[in-house]
Amino acid sequence: MKFILMMNTMKAGGGVPGWPKKDLQAHIGFMIGLNKELHRRGELVSAEGLSFPDQAKLVRAGKDGQPVTDGIFPESKEFLAGFWIIDVDSPQRAYEIAATVSAAPGPGGAPLNMPIEVRPVMSGPPPDML
Amino acid sequence: MSSQWDATSEHLLRGLAPQVLGAVARRFRDFSSAEDAVQEAMIAAFTQWPKEGVPENPRGWLIQVASRRVTDHMRSEIARRERETAVAAETENSTSLLEIEADMDPDDTLILLFMCCHPALSPSSAIALTLRAVGGLTTAEIANAFLVPEATMAQRISRAKQTIKTSGVPFRLPSPHERTGRLPAVLHVLYLIFNEGYTSSIGSHLQRFDLSCEAIRLTRNTKALLPDNPEVAGLLALMLLTDARRAARTGRDEELIPLDAQDRTLWDRSEISEGIELLTAALSHGSVGLYQIQAAIAAVHDEAESTDETDWPQILALYELLKRVAPSPMVTLNHAIAAAMVHGPAKGLELLRALDRDPRIAGHYRLDAVRAHLFEKMGDREAAIQHYRIAAARTTSMPERNYLLTQAARMTGD
Repeated sequence: MKFILMMNTMKAGGGVPGWPKKDLQAHIGFMIGLNKELHRRGELVSAEGLSFPDQAKLVRAGKDGQPVTDGIFPESKEFLAGFWIIDVDSPQRAYEIAATVSAAPGPGGAPLNMPIEVRPVMSGPPPDML
Repeated sequence: MSSQWDATSEHLLRGLAPQVLGAVARRFRDFSSAEDAVQEAMIAAFTQWPKEGVPENPRGWLIQVASRRVTDHMRSEIARRERETAVAAETENSTSLLEIEADMDPDDTLILLFMCCHPALSPSSAIALTLRAVGGLTTAEIANAFLVPEATMAQRISRAKQTIKTSGVPFRLPSPHERTGRLPAVLHVLYLIFNEGYTSSIGSHLQRFDLSCEAIRLTRNTKALLPDNPEVAGLLALMLLTDARRAARTGRDEELIPLDAQDRTLWDRSEISEGIELLTAALSHGSVGLYQIQAAIAAVHDEAESTDETDWPQILALYELLKRVAPSPMVTLNHAIAAAMVHGPAKGLELLRALDRDPRIAGHYRLDAVRAHLFEKMGDREAAIQHYRIAAARTTSMPERNYLLTQAARMTGD
């Protein structure tokens, strides 16, 4: 069964960019290691990191159907920083991976304990319940 | 003997995969390397044969190519360790076709099936390994069927083989006693492959490799190897009797069409008659199991002209039997539907209440979907709409969600 793990981050200005080099490297190394491990276990469908929110645009169709772009609303507190799509044997395993992501090292190497949103991907009914 | 390459040739080639793997694995006493090598040989055949024609002795060709791959790997492995090359040379010289042919064992496919469906493996690993080692599918085809990257599927398969290695499963046929104990796991894996194909053969998944057909092919092969086992026949019958309704299950916009609204003229009559014939023969053995009972239920549906003309008392009796033979919350759920058809929706709703206390199914969307349907039959519009919506929020299937939302909208009258 497939799940998406969504990692939210505080809006631009805070977070990763301000960290000391050592902590930043530990964090990046942790994420690369995690992706390798998910791949090695045959559970990784895809993992993507997103650009910083200052690159984000809100797009709507105008009256003529043409795109009308706008900056991000300043009141948005959180932005999606990245996501994983995993294919695992149980929801418990998905939560376990989410907890690992959540505990990624932050400043001083302390676990960040970020909230990770886990949701099933609409990939069909469970195999069977017989 | 080169002729046109078509689906039949592809099936013939796939059918050779487990025989070839058996011979190579026995020769080199290394299942994991042999399995990788056979995969390479299969890919070579899939690329070369359609263009250059099928070789005189297709099986011998595959065995030779796969054996050469194993030797190559061994040699590079040895070179890596800077050892003598004597072992590799010796192995290479002894690869004569006649000798290899003598290595063939008719039980190989069965040995592989029991190995790949080993209880030590998780269902998803067992499915992947079975499709490659027994089904002769390429990693890319399996990855495509499950919509995951090929590299991920390759890892899953290689880990499955590692699990088999560490649990020390020998490359031999389990004793008749062991076989009885482990057959249910084999049948379950085949059933899961079928089910995966059947439930995903809708919506955006049309381009996927047809797992239902592959499951039917593998189960046919298994039946040929275990002709006297009524449950193997029962499973094959169940697959055919279910697959027969495939064309009627979805509408023009790929929307789900429930059994009671299907155009039954679209049902595949030849699959139905084959399924019924298999089932009748299986039932005469006298040891009834869960697949035979489910096939019997499918047969009762398939034989009816419409929902109204369906023999519901017989279906109810079969579910009562199934509840005794293989109790599960899903069986209780289906039993409640049959009871509602015989004794009215109130009876069905009463039976469903027991499931609310069962953590295996409480909160499952099907429970709400069935409730919605029964409330609708009772004329309780509000409750029906409410449960259709709850079910829609809980399902993880997109076509199912669309169906349930449409039902709620229809009843709201908007």
